[in-house]
Amino acid sequence: MEKIELLSYFFDYLVFPGLLFVVASGMLVSWIDRKITARLQWRVGPGLLQPYYDIRKLFLKEVIIPEGGNKWSFIIAPMCALISIVIISNIVLKYYIDPSGSFVGDIIVVIYMFAAIPVASIIGASASKNPYASLGASREMKSMLAYELPFLMCIMVPVIKTGSISMGAIIQHQLQNGPIFMSLSGLTAFITSIFCIQAKMGIVPFDYSEAETEICGGVLVEYSGALLAIWKLVKMSLLVVAPLFIIVLFASTGFRAGIFAVYFVLLLIVIILKNTNPRLRIDQALRGFWTYAAVASLTALVLAVTGY
Amino acid sequence: MQSIDNKFTKSLFVFHAACSPCNNCDIEILDCIAPKYDIERLGMQLVGSPRHADVLLVTGAVNKKVVHRIKMIYEQTAKPCVVVAVGSCACSEIIFRESYNTCGPLDKIIPVDIYIPGCPPRPEAIIAGLAKYIKSRKNAG
Ligand code: SF4
Repeated sequence: MEKIELLSYFFDYLVFPGLLFVVASGMLVSWIDRKITARLQWRVGPGLLQPYYDIRKLFLKEVIIPEGGNKWSFIIAPMCALISIVIISNIVLKYYIDPSGSFVGDIIVVIYMFAAIPVASIIGASASKNPYASLGASREMKSMLAYELPFLMCIMVPVIKTGSISMGAIIQHQLQNGPIFMSLSGLTAFITSIFCIQAKMGIVPFDYSEAETEICGGVLVEYSGALLAIWKLVKMSLLVVAPLFIIVLFASTGFRAGIFAVYFVLLLIVIILKNTNPRLRIDQALRGFWTYAAVASLTALVLAVTGY
Repeated sequence: MQSIDNKFTKSLFVFHAACSPCNNCDIEILDCIAPKYDIERLGMQLVGSPRHADVLLVTGAVNKKVVHRIKMIYEQTAKPCVVVAVGSCACSEIIFRESYNTCGPLDKIIPVDIYIPGCPPRPEAIIAGLAKYIKSRKNAG
């Protein structure tokens, strides 16, 4: 009996909805992203297996550890980020499939794990002792300060509406009473949180911490070979996990596979936002999140408390 | 040193190092990325850091100011990597040969794998050069 339980844990973390699932779906989604981007720019774009070829090649290349940096933090940071993603995807998808298994406060675990990813990239970048990387790290830090506040307030809306901080209860409440984004407060919070996850994923217009053309890759500048491959996998799977998280919170319905339809619509919005906007400066992003996004999410919060 | 093999040919990250060119070669390289030639469909991508690169595209007649920089960039690149001399300047220095400030064609400074002559070479020539190299690697194993 115990053996089977242990095996099922391994299956959860390594296959579905764990490592294998996030990596495979991340590659697929990043191909969709690159292909649509290419079509929008009137190009042909890469083939279906391109993300896989990129990752395979990176794993075969030399890994350079920068001289004078902190070796272990440099190596461990990308792995921490990947583990965080696996935990998030486990909590979000497993409890979406079976809401009764959820534990109280798992939503807080997910929020912490989401915060752990930029923290890992800040640590990795600072450990590399590269001036461009430290520029990227400082931007990442400011960006976190900018989007976390409105993001947390957005997540408070479903919590207030359902009166629970467990994912399972929020999902079950939506199965009975319809998705949260159908209400005025839910809709406001959902739209605001789309911008927040765009910044969380570090996608244009919020890619100032990487900014290839400006600070040569920013936080990733010193990473090479397998470690770079792990960072790329983190970015790819974040594109799967972050939208799914807010969809589960705001748009679960009785039709269970419906989240995938909503996911693809959201992915399309993310890609179009990416292709139609230039990169923001960090001060513009900070101001935008602390004024427009914060006011919008505060309004949603007040509406939720008053029952709309 | 290991060399680029079959597994690499499907995905090449390109770093563009301009070593005192007249900038025409660089414009032709940018043409390769633009919609008409679109090298992303062949799995090539421009990257911002030599640590991520598999291919160094070097243009221009290397002069005294940049000679140690291109050496440094070559050392910083994660191996295995391919060095491509784009344009007649990088291949042989054409009219700048034996000038007071040039330091010899690129292959005197770092090992070069592919020569793409032309002043500037057309985007077709650059793509053809890379394609020939990939083909030769595939046949090699
Ligand atoms: S080869 Fe011709 S076009 Fe290219 S850098 Fe030299 S002079 Fe300019």
